[in-house]
Amino acid sequence: MVGAVLRGLRVRSWPLGFTAAAVIVYFFYDRILPNLDNSVQSGFQNWLPIGTITYCLVWVMLALGLNIVVGYAGLLDLGYVAFWAIGGYTAAWLMSTFAFDKQIHFSFLAPNGYNHAVGIHISFWIVLVVGALFCALWGALIGAPTLRLRSDYLAIVTLGFGEIIPQFFRNGESIFGQNISNGTKGITPLDPIGTGPLSPVLGGKAVLGPFDLIDKYLIFVVLAAICMFVSLRIRSGRLGRAWLAIREDELAASMMGVPLMRTKLAAYAVGAFFGGIGGVAFASYNSSTIPTFSFSDSITILLMVVVGGMGNVWGVTIGALVISWINLKGLSQFGDWFNGQFSTHVNFPSYNFLIFGIILVLMMLFRREGILPESRTRQLLKEPSRTEMESVGADIEAAEVESELVEDIAPEFAVQSETETLGSGE
Amino acid sequence: MSEPTMTEPDALSRPAVLTADHVTIRFGGLVAVDDVTFTIPEGTVVSLIGPNGAGKTTFFNVLTGLYQPTSGRVDFGGRDITFLAPHRRAAIGMARTFQNIRLFNLMTAEENVMVAMHAHMRSGVIGTVLRAPWQRREERVAHETARDLLDFVGIGKTFGEYARNLSYGDQRRLEVARALALKPRVLLLDEPTAGMNPNESARFTEFVHRVRDEKKVSVLLIEHDMSVVMRVSERITVLDRGQQIAEGTPEQIRASERVVEAYLGKSGMRGHGA
Repeated sequence: MVGAVLRGLRVRSWPLGFTAAAVIVYFFYDRILPNLDNSVQSGFQNWLPIGTITYCLVWVMLALGLNIVVGYAGLLDLGYVAFWAIGGYTAAWLMSTFAFDKQIHFSFLAPNGYNHAVGIHISFWIVLVVGALFCALWGALIGAPTLRLRSDYLAIVTLGFGEIIPQFFRNGESIFGQNISNGTKGITPLDPIGTGPLSPVLGGKAVLGPFDLIDKYLIFVVLAAICMFVSLRIRSGRLGRAWLAIREDELAASMMGVPLMRTKLAAYAVGAFFGGIGGVAFASYNSSTIPTFSFSDSITILLMVVVGGMGNVWGVTIGALVISWINLKGLSQFGDWFNGQFSTHVNFPSYNFLIFGIILVLMMLFRREGILPESRTRQLLKEPSRTEMESVGADIEAAEVESELVEDIAPEFAVQSETETLGSGE
Repeated sequence: MSEPTMTEPDALSRPAVLTADHVTIRFGGLVAVDDVTFTIPEGTVVSLIGPNGAGKTTFFNVLTGLYQPTSGRVDFGGRDITFLAPHRRAAIGMARTFQNIRLFNLMTAEENVMVAMHAHMRSGVIGTVLRAPWQRREERVAHETARDLLDFVGIGKTFGEYARNLSYGDQRRLEVARALALKPRVLLLDEPTAGMNPNESARFTEFVHRVRDEKKVSVLLIEHDMSVVMRVSERITVLDRGQQIAEGTPEQIRASERVVEAYLGKSGMRGHGA
């Protein structure tokens, strides 16, 4: 009874905790920090600027998307960065002057000052949805041929797609004579986020410029919260159960009427949808889409999911925040401090994958289930199942009976027989 | 309450739920199942027996859609399902259990049962995310049905327990509850008494008849335990080396020399079916 109440509390306390943290961060950076001592200000500016928090939130969205595929449905995807790229380029196409050389002039709900410019200019909020849906479509397209494969084979093929799509954009200056991505130069600048009816809330600005970091933070924190909300809701429904079932036992799931292909495709599409949101948000945050997407990004996102705790939304969120912060600020700041302290010249950020590798090895050795694991996974790793214990118990009983028998018949072999049974029991 | 457990001679006169018509499966040069014709009449308990390697499991897998026959066809409720995918077969009312229990171990007993309702539920991503009224209603009904089914198989109290933590017997029961959640017309049980003690096996007979009568399903049993087979079945089909060597009521099978021969060998050496 008490346990049930506690569990109920814990379920509700995480969203509350996240909301509280988000609000506290907002007030701290918006109201408190500017009034603090200069050294404190510069400390925060160096170690944890609001822009970095906002950027980390993009990684949270991406990690939550991959969590649907890897954590919920148990499909190892090593090419998730593809959806980030597709989302990013969708944003670039629809929010910049890029389409100008194709003689396309179109604007829809674009912020004032951008609605008459050449190219395509569509409101950030609409692009967010369009980009996410476009990614979901691509998720299904990529998934359809690959999801028939199992485990390792699926991982290898997704790895391939994760390479193909960024390469395609990197070399996309002349696809059948059409420039679709500006190649390595990328597409820049992108339209700023128009505030529209939210303008009064965000301090009366019509658009968010490069220095309206706190407002962008607010928007991104809401987007991340939406991803969490959707993740949690889907988990508890019909589709979430089907994903779990597939993760547990694919054959049994199909025998219980779960259509494998369609259900896995749904996982891919929903995961890609989040990737699209992250991609559009990231492009808008940087005001550019440059083909820097690489395999290492896929691995970093996967690392966030694994370290955080596969399948647990809160674990993945924490994993994403911590790892992206280490990647963006933590390492370089620590490096500066370390080099200053010991007058060395170690380039710490260049060791990031070494450090992540060590983290991963240590996690696998000491906390395989992640920082904040899903209760189910914790079960699997920490406690032997009752049937396992029963069978061990049965073995011990059998061994006892046997050794008693042996003792009766031939006492000199008794000890040897016991050690044998113990050895075979392992 | 339960109907008399004696065999009913009129079983064959009832309409067939599931029919296998001249089914043959070859794996390369090996003929695993050779021209087997087989019927499950409505509301009947049918058993498929045979010594090890007789092709029982292969044939079973043809019925459930894991294998496709080299020739022949399978009909279910008057519909040709020879090439229908397993999940489709499940959705139209063919449910099975597994010889070596295959539950969703890290899901609760209730969730296990609810997974099998997937095909009968409608809600999609958007309805689930927004928790639309009809989605909530559907979930509530699913929860209730799952609890009812768990009660039916006698493990109602374990609904919140992870499947892997259930005792062996309860896991077997949960498998049946999960299969029943498909609202099946035919229930295929693959060696359901494996690992049960004689006491449990005896109660199992009663249980199968209760399932048949209260859930209005036909039951196909693959079984090694002859005492269970003889008590529970109305019709028995015997396979040996891929061929159907006998079909009939338990009395007829007991009297069949070919069956005795297949099981015990001509010399009378006792074979073992484990």
